[in-house]
Amino acid sequence: MNEQEVLTALNPIFQDMFDDDDIELTPDTTAKDIEGWDSLAHVSLIVAAEQRFGVKFRTAELDSLHNVGHFAQLISKKLNG
Amino acid sequence: MDQLFWLPNHADLGAAIGEARQETDPAKCLDTFAQLAGYRRDFTLTNRLDRTAGKLLADLVAKGACKTAGLTPLRVAILSSHTIDHLVPAFRVAGLHRRLALSVYVAPYGMYRQSLLMDDPEMAGFAPQLVVLALDARDAPLQLPLESSEEDVTAAVQARVEELRQLWSAAKTRYAAQMVQQTLVPLDPPVFGSFEALVPAAPYALTERLNTAIREAARRDGVLLLDLAWQAAQGFYGKGLGDPVRWHQAKQLVSPNLAPLYGDQLARVAAAAAGLSRKCLVLDLDNTLWGGVIGDDGVEGIHLGQGTPTGEAFLAFQHYAALLAKRGIILAVCSKNDMAVAEAAFEHPEMVLKRADIAAFVANWEDKAGNLRRIASMLDIGLDSLVFVDDNPAERDIVRRELPEVGVPELSEDVSDYPACLAAAGYFETISFTSDDAARGRSYALNAERKAALTQATDIEGYLRGLEMILTTTLVGPAELPRTTQLINKTNQFNLTTRRYSEAEVERLAEDPGALALAVRLRDKFGDNGLISVVLARSDSSLETDELLIDSWLMSCRVLGRQVEQAVLEVVAAWATEAGWSALVGEYRPTARNGMVAEHYPRLGFANRQAPEGAESDATFWRYDLNAKPTVTHFIEIEKHE
Repeated sequence: MNEQEVLTALNPIFQDMFDDDDIELTPDTTAKDIEGWDSLAHVSLIVAAEQRFGVKFRTAELDSLHNVGHFAQLISKKLNG
Repeated sequence: MDQLFWLPNHADLGAAIGEARQETDPAKCLDTFAQLAGYRRDFTLTNRLDRTAGKLLADLVAKGACKTAGLTPLRVAILSSHTIDHLVPAFRVAGLHRRLALSVYVAPYGMYRQSLLMDDPEMAGFAPQLVVLALDARDAPLQLPLESSEEDVTAAVQARVEELRQLWSAAKTRYAAQMVQQTLVPLDPPVFGSFEALVPAAPYALTERLNTAIREAARRDGVLLLDLAWQAAQGFYGKGLGDPVRWHQAKQLVSPNLAPLYGDQLARVAAAAAGLSRKCLVLDLDNTLWGGVIGDDGVEGIHLGQGTPTGEAFLAFQHYAALLAKRGIILAVCSKNDMAVAEAAFEHPEMVLKRADIAAFVANWEDKAGNLRRIASMLDIGLDSLVFVDDNPAERDIVRRELPEVGVPELSEDVSDYPACLAAAGYFETISFTSDDAARGRSYALNAERKAALTQATDIEGYLRGLEMILTTTLVGPAELPRTTQLINKTNQFNLTTRRYSEAEVERLAEDPGALALAVRLRDKFGDNGLISVVLARSDSSLETDELLIDSWLMSCRVLGRQVEQAVLEVVAAWATEAGWSALVGEYRPTARNGMVAEHYPRLGFANRQAPEGAESDATFWRYDLNAKPTVTHFIEIEKHE
């Protein structure tokens, strides 16, 4: 899966998590853009993505998640790595 | 393994949640949500369920309309030494599935001592009925050098448990709340390997000792456990408990994806405390209690007993059911069979369960939903007290659809897994175990004999006289407290006001010299029925000063129709007269379940009384003049123990 495909697959996860079918993720989407994306939701998103893609994030990787593009890039890299 | 593996799968739960949200009537909407909560669900779907259901529940509680929606409100404060907020939605959803309307207060992270030992206006305003102390093994570490002696470790463990006991005691005195203590999950990797537990101050050994001491103290102090350490040891949480990444990232003990499991574990303790546990295990026969079909294979042909793996597996399941019966779960049979053929199977030499263990035995060719209704009425219990175990997925599905109140666990296709499936579902969680529980199975069997005696007796008076009943009344003391509280919290039908009280609240009332907390036992020529009725009476500012309010009056349905209530009234009236009261005032608060006592007070000769100010609008009030008391007839000898 490339970055764009991961982003597309992430979209329903975000919609379910924040219960908002209008969410349209872009690589630039950050926590500021989505209502309810607090630190608690952040952990849940990571766990949901781990489940969906069957990957595991390293502790150090959690420090540097700035936007959704970054998130997708990391997942894509893990899937193809 | 799915975390809620005893729950059935839904074809499209996400869509069903969306559809349920379209419903505009909040009670109907919550009803649907309560059913959807009974399907296997991950944490995202669970949170989605809670997003709407949580709001509706909060509205319902604020309006005081839980009762009409068939829900029991319960306020739970969670005090924690780790992050717990992400588990609250799953707790609420699992509660709703058990017909609880949970209000949850989460104290600020790590502030549990302050919330209990100091004045905490927010906590006090919330007035918790249940306080959950969710601690972890990393909290308040005992600062002991690894080489500490056994004695030093024992002293440190005792000191820590004494501190916890002070917190428990504060929850009781400050809030009259029932305490639930979470045991400590060992989190840290071993320092010594297998030698770990042999070093008294090694982390794992310390946690083990603390848990042992906590469990002992909890038993003494009437504190309930959320035994997470034991759950963890059983492997239910896999790596989802104490995942170091989640801990370093967010101080979460339980990973978000295991919230549904944790929520369910906690909700069953809460439901048990609110009297919503199930009481009766209904068993299918063919391929559930034995392998094969008794009608086709005959007693000799069925698989049961030592010698083959299948035969032993069915034996093991019967052993488990028999153990449940020994702790007070009523057993029933619901089978598509001819009655005579089904009963004959119990003559099989290796049957663990005996025909006499089965309190209600229904075998015919009618549909199982109808038969389950019959079983509930034979035993005088609600459908929501039943758990139905059947190997046939189609039967399970039909019963779930026809009777959503009945608990129907999904079973593995392998009978060897049946005991674990049934146990994991947690239908029979309890808050106490008394000798009355142990005797209950026998008591239901005796009831069947009494019913037989009734059909033989030509008149009801002769029948009642012939029972040679002796009623014993006791003012509630420490010995009666657990069973009294249990009865208060689980009696739904013969219950005039359905007020639920914690052990601490009952104790408080029992110690009030102006109030009456009466425990009633009944025995007859067939045996002892145990503690079967409770009356709580007290003064009330909304009544006249010489009127005694009967706050609660409830009775086990096992002794219905035997004029026990007449005899109890005689005792209560005598006590009240002696204490200087002029009248008793009875209150009836209707619920979905207590229609049978709507006419209780007029039947006993009480006169209608105007409702006092502040009473619930649908409650009725009744007055019994102690100076001109009508005669009461019954055929029960009364013994008083003060």
